[in-house]
Amino acid sequence: MFGIEDPVIFIGYLLTVLSLILCIVYGAVNWNKGDDPKGEDLETDVQWAEKEEEIESQI
Amino acid sequence: MDTFTLGLVVIAYLLAIGYLGYKGYKHTVNARDYLLAGSNIHPFIMAMSYGATFISTSAIIGFGGIAGIYGMGLIWLTFLNIFVGIFIAFVFFGRRTRKIGHNLDAHTFPEFLGKRFQSKGIQTTCGAIIFIAMPLYAAVVLIGGARFIESIFNIDFSIALIFFSLVIAAYVIAGGLKGVMYTDALQATIMFLSLFFLLVVTYVKLGGITGAHEALTNMAALVPESLQAQGHMGWTVFPKFNSGWWWALTTSIILGVGIGVLAQPQLVVRFMTVKSNRELNRAVLVGGIFIFVATGFVFTVGALTNLHFYNETGQLAIQAAQGNVDLIIPEYINSAMPSWFVYLFMLALLSAGMSTLSSQFHTMGTALGRDVVQNLFPNKKINTMMITRLGVVVAILVSISIGYQLPISIIARGTAIFFGICAATFLPAYFAALYWKRVTRAAAKWSIYTGLLASVFALAFMHQKESAPLGICKAIFGKDALFDTFPWMIVDPMLIAMPLSIIVLVVVSYLTSGIDEEHLEKCMKGIK
Repeated sequence: MFGIEDPVIFIGYLLTVLSLILCIVYGAVNWNKGDDPKGEDLETDVQWAEKEEEIESQI
Repeated sequence: MDTFTLGLVVIAYLLAIGYLGYKGYKHTVNARDYLLAGSNIHPFIMAMSYGATFISTSAIIGFGGIAGIYGMGLIWLTFLNIFVGIFIAFVFFGRRTRKIGHNLDAHTFPEFLGKRFQSKGIQTTCGAIIFIAMPLYAAVVLIGGARFIESIFNIDFSIALIFFSLVIAAYVIAGGLKGVMYTDALQATIMFLSLFFLLVVTYVKLGGITGAHEALTNMAALVPESLQAQGHMGWTVFPKFNSGWWWALTTSIILGVGIGVLAQPQLVVRFMTVKSNRELNRAVLVGGIFIFVATGFVFTVGALTNLHFYNETGQLAIQAAQGNVDLIIPEYINSAMPSWFVYLFMLALLSAGMSTLSSQFHTMGTALGRDVVQNLFPNKKINTMMITRLGVVVAILVSISIGYQLPISIIARGTAIFFGICAATFLPAYFAALYWKRVTRAAAKWSIYTGLLASVFALAFMHQKESAPLGICKAIFGKDALFDTFPWMIVDPMLIAMPLSIIVLVVVSYLTSGIDEEHLEKCMKGIK
């Protein structure tokens, strides 16, 4: 198919396209899933980000 | 090639990058305000930024050139790049890395492992490994850009390398380390468009998709006898099973790089900087498309370069590239593409080099300052900031000097060596840190040591491609590789070292105790 006779190569292309479709479908289905952190989780994230900012500012 | 025009294009590009960087810096709000404001980094920006760090000149020039030799079998690497490097990485590694990293206040990959296993020794060791081994990878990324400049200007490689290195170093020192996501996203967009155009024009010029593939299939008889004897059966056929070429392509190029990406220190830290799991979910979509084009397209073009050069000159791609795999893609672009595209491709390679190298130098700097020196001398008043900056400068200089020492056709091999070392040394402990509560500190430590030592041993004494030029095995045992029975001298070191590292991790975990339940609870807090 498409001028490629070796099934190993063809399967490689097929798996590549299927993986691409998997990524697209997964990303689209879960586009709005995964809420922003709240409460204690948010405070942990804020503290982490502030420390990261401090480290970055030193470089 | 018009040097003046290219110079203007490059200067305009650098000004645009500088402007975006300045704008990003000016509009940066502090971390607390940003997180509380409820805004998100656009998933396109986040995914493209990850993609730009992932895909370097090594993938485009080095692995594209490898496709010119091995043919379309390299598409299996694209499959792993998308399935493992994007889907598995974001969905199964990203979320937990982000959560555990935040719970433990870890800011680098060695710090993540060190804090997860409550071992400063692990953090120091991993930091030292990264600082010592990563310059090899940075060097081949520099070579990738330099080979293109060498080809389009027909100048000496050493001049091209210093030119490319100076541009990159100026970018890094002028603020590129800050990794402003908008500049990364612009760079990724340039790469995406260039590689998209490259494949489309290649198919148009070579008679369409099916026509080009058929013509390339029909060239199988032209494979030189010496390569046929090693298992090469054509550029649209996978190498003969269990042949030398089959082992080299499968174990070093496809598995080594395809799996090694999961334990790349400069990529792991990206997961910790996102605001929520939602961004990771969205990035899977954008990242999947980017990697599909950035690797799949260039690998396909790499194989098809043989058809172009045969039609035009009667030569195979490797002959047209004077025997240097790393020159196949540059020579092809110089020969087959319109001249305006050469300018665009130069920007694509600058983008690929800048985005990857800036994160590599950042990782090496913090590995030395934060992970090694700060840990070794915790009570002394050492200026970590100065050590980190010094680490960046040393890393740049060492990488450039390695670039001068390395032989031709080295980009893909150098990348595979570094990815293999990372996979064997870090991946088992990293995976267990995320998913296996039974793993002990001692097990993680010994797994890391085993992976590293086994990798170094296999490189110095078993894998002939490295052991022969290194000469240590020859000096001690009188032969190039310790086991000269097929296929042991060809099997990639990662395939020997990683299983050993996994076995040690599991066995030592069951032989030792000392899991601190309270600490484990702190690590896994908020993980469902």
